[in-house]
Amino acid sequence: MFFQPFGKYILLLKAVFRRPEKWSIYRKEILKEMVAIGVGSLGIITIISVFLGAVTTVQTAFQLVSNLVPRSVIGTIVRDSSILELSPTISAIVLAGKVGSSVASQIGTMRVTEQIDALEIMGINSPGYLILPKIIGAVTMVPLLVIISIALSITGGYFAGSLSGAVTAQDYIYGITTDFIPFTFTVCMVKSVMFAFIITTISAYQGYYTRGGALEVGISSTRGVVISCIMILCADYVIAQLLL
Amino acid sequence: MIEIKNIHKAFGDHQVINGVTAEFHPGITNLIIGGSGSGKTVLLKCMVGLHEPDQGNVLYNGRDFTRMNFEERIAIRKEIGMLFQGSALFDSMTVEENILFPLNMFTNQSAAEKLERANFCLERVNLAGKNHLYPSELSGGMKKRVGIARAIAMNPKYLFCDEPNSGLDPRTSIVIDELIAEITDEYQITTIVVTHDMNSVMGIGEKILYLHQGKKWWEGSNEEILSATNKELNDFIFASKFMKALKK
Ligand SMILES: Nc1ncnc2c1ncn2[C@@H]1O[C@H](COP(=O)(O)OP(=O)(O)O)[C@@H](O)[C@H]1O
Ligand SMILES: [Mg+2]
Repeated sequence: MFFQPFGKYILLLKAVFRRPEKWSIYRKEILKEMVAIGVGSLGIITIISVFLGAVTTVQTAFQLVSNLVPRSVIGTIVRDSSILELSPTISAIVLAGKVGSSVASQIGTMRVTEQIDALEIMGINSPGYLILPKIIGAVTMVPLLVIISIALSITGGYFAGSLSGAVTAQDYIYGITTDFIPFTFTVCMVKSVMFAFIITTISAYQGYYTRGGALEVGISSTRGVVISCIMILCADYVIAQLLL
Repeated sequence: MIEIKNIHKAFGDHQVINGVTAEFHPGITNLIIGGSGSGKTVLLKCMVGLHEPDQGNVLYNGRDFTRMNFEERIAIRKEIGMLFQGSALFDSMTVEENILFPLNMFTNQSAAEKLERANFCLERVNLAGKNHLYPSELSGGMKKRVGIARAIAMNPKYLFCDEPNSGLDPRTSIVIDELIAEITDEYQITTIVVTHDMNSVMGIGEKILYLHQGKKWWEGSNEEILSATNKELNDFIFASKFMKALKK
């Protein structure tokens, strides 16, 4: 039940990484995907990130009752939890909903309307042409989105702290600039790349093996999102366990 | 020429194609006819490798497609044009981009040469000037014609058409059928058309193969088909009142 789809997934990936027929066409597709994924997701990432930082600040302040702990710790906590967990993971979950569903339904529709067969008949390696640009687009753009998300989350925390009086601007800035461990950023980037790969490949797999009609395309799209989210959280744990 | 030898194909325990052997010659329109669900599409897809046959061989001018590796198959695929049942145009691309697509992917011609070829193909199917429309802006008959234009863009040696006139009005159907017959004759390609339409059978059926429950029951031309004695075939062609009246 698990091994057969997994085997099919691996075989699909093998086909995806075959040598492209013509790089110039793939390059165009990759740029298109980068714009769609990167620019297309900027709005939603901005909104969630600002709130993530703001909420973390307010809630950390609420939990921090002891006077022995300096207020600046709030800044440190917002920074570290944004880098290590909130920005990569929450962004990935949101992107699974946005990018994953669109990848699955786009490829699924091409499958049920025989557009994939049409590619194959022309002699084009359809997994490569359809999926590789999406993987490269996501793997390059998601880490950038996550970096933006971290910056915005820390900014959101700054404003929430100052406005609510939970932490002064000075304390907050002191907090976010002390005891920084650069390795946390490496972990964050590893996570972002892995999550991007998971979202695109799992959703593409669901779309590519759709059979039936419009109803099944919808089912594939939902499945792509759900399985991506589960796999993102599993990978999150595994990466944390291995690297930290 | 395409030969198929003893093709079998099952999905699970549903035996869809059960030992079909046939030859298809260039320059004439070969028809595969049969009722809905008789396995016509599956047989066609077995020939071009979109389904793997469980048993049997498909030979393109003597070259055994079923035993080829990935690269060899790609080489044969470049000689194949196919018109799908639902046209299968790429809906993110305009008419022109659809036709340019295989040219861009596989040729090193200049942009002007490619555009000239695309325009030539469009003219051939009477759609000159429709270059910048999207598939969603086309009628069913126009989509089929763009599908044909895309299929012939690379000068194929083999042309496959799956129900080229299903869902079209009788007059448009005839236009499409005649277009396929003309192109076949003009370029002497090996054409295989799957259909269940008796108008097509009588109109362009130079060689007809009747498929029923995954088996070949009859083979002949449109001149012979009305006098054929095979019971299954008769049940199929004389199903309508019109055809019954015609027989009398
Ligand atoms: N991919 C598939 N998986 C399982 N069964 C299929 C598949 N494709 C076709 N079939 C079955 O094969 C039979 C023949 O289908 P098809 O060749 O599409 O008929 P038609 O002659 O109308 O084109 C049908 O009963 C269909 O259910
Ligand atoms: Mg069919």
